[in-house]
Amino acid sequence: MIALLKRDLRLALRAGGGFGLGLAFFLIVVVLVPFGVGPDRDVLSPIAPGILWIGALLAALLSLDRIFALDFEDGSLALLATSPLPLEAAGLIKACAHWITTGLPLTLAAPLFGFLLLMTPEAYGYLLASLLIGTPALSMIGTFGAALTVGLRRGGLLLSLLVLPLYVPTLIFGAEAVRRGAAGLDASGALILQGGITAGCFAILPFATAAVLRINLR
Amino acid sequence: MLHVVGLGCARGGAAVLSNVSFDLVAGQALVLRGPNGIGKTTLLRTLAGLQPPITGDVVMPEETAAYASHADGIKTALTVTENLAFWAEVYGMPLDLAVLDRFDLAGLRNRQGGTLSAGQKRRLGLARLAVIGRKILFLDEPTVSLDTGSVAMFARWLQGDHLAQGGIAVIATHIDLGLDAPVLDLTPFQSAPGTGGGTDEAFL
Repeated sequence: MIALLKRDLRLALRAGGGFGLGLAFFLIVVVLVPFGVGPDRDVLSPIAPGILWIGALLAALLSLDRIFALDFEDGSLALLATSPLPLEAAGLIKACAHWITTGLPLTLAAPLFGFLLLMTPEAYGYLLASLLIGTPALSMIGTFGAALTVGLRRGGLLLSLLVLPLYVPTLIFGAEAVRRGAAGLDASGALILQGGITAGCFAILPFATAAVLRINLR
Repeated sequence: MLHVVGLGCARGGAAVLSNVSFDLVAGQALVLRGPNGIGKTTLLRTLAGLQPPITGDVVMPEETAAYASHADGIKTALTVTENLAFWAEVYGMPLDLAVLDRFDLAGLRNRQGGTLSAGQKRRLGLARLAVIGRKILFLDEPTVSLDTGSVAMFARWLQGDHLAQGGIAVIATHIDLGLDAPVLDLTPFQSAPGTGGGTDEAFL
């Protein structure tokens, strides 16, 4: 399992587009928003949590189609499927590698981007916490979507259509937690629900991912 | 060690082969022959467990088989050594770098996979088989894009190392590897056209 994680991280570092791309995309989205709605603090500050969460969502989406597509094309997915590593573990590892290359950098950089959107200072901690709890679910759901569309031509577009609706619960509770934090209210309920979604995803989706991969590899 | 009993397999929902049976003991190889599209790849994929058989059974000890497809599964951004080290680690085997000499890859050890020629990639793909230490190998056209010297080198490894140490190999190939192995022509096992493919329909 560690071997696959190491390989995927190394590939993400070497082939480019791993760590930097999602982060740069996130930055662009966040920078574009003030141009669209105006730099007024009264406008930007209330919508900052929502914008940051939607930005994180889109940035995570950007690299999803590469999770299995490259391994499928060069044949290593079929070789992995016949190796001693169970496909369930492979799915889990792929999701972890995706999170380390996109979710984690996004989480760490988000407070900086919150500053660009004039977010209320009290919300920074909640933004960090909600992204830390929520982004692993984005990676796991996305890995499942990538497994569904592996081998399809132009699968990336279909992948977005499949995955984005599944991101809705994470988005609702993530943005809600930050909003409540910004308003000085208790955000623990939203964070706990988010944690529940993430835990549920990691409990179920590796098995679904493996089942779907087996069908797609036939 | 490998018993195949009445095996039938399907491709794309249509049955291609039926009633394939053979037995192999340690140290034996079997060469699959037949015209294009007869189902050599489908049979190997079924044996390797990538698709379920529609009839019959494959009996072999667990965790002993490995599969090598048309594609080599080489990561273009990793070096030759890193590619091999990855597969060795996945299979829980130590990486013995002597394998690089064995497959004439020593001079290429730090080259990235993407910069290799087709034949060099194939040699790396075959070297993977030596690294993972599996007894039963299902090989799909292992000699594609190899020159005659490399084919002989691979045949020497297969005969002298793998089979001599009690390995088994089922090989689909069109060229003569010079192996001391029986040939199984798949033509008589071809399914009648229009026979149902079974398992896939439930999903489609």
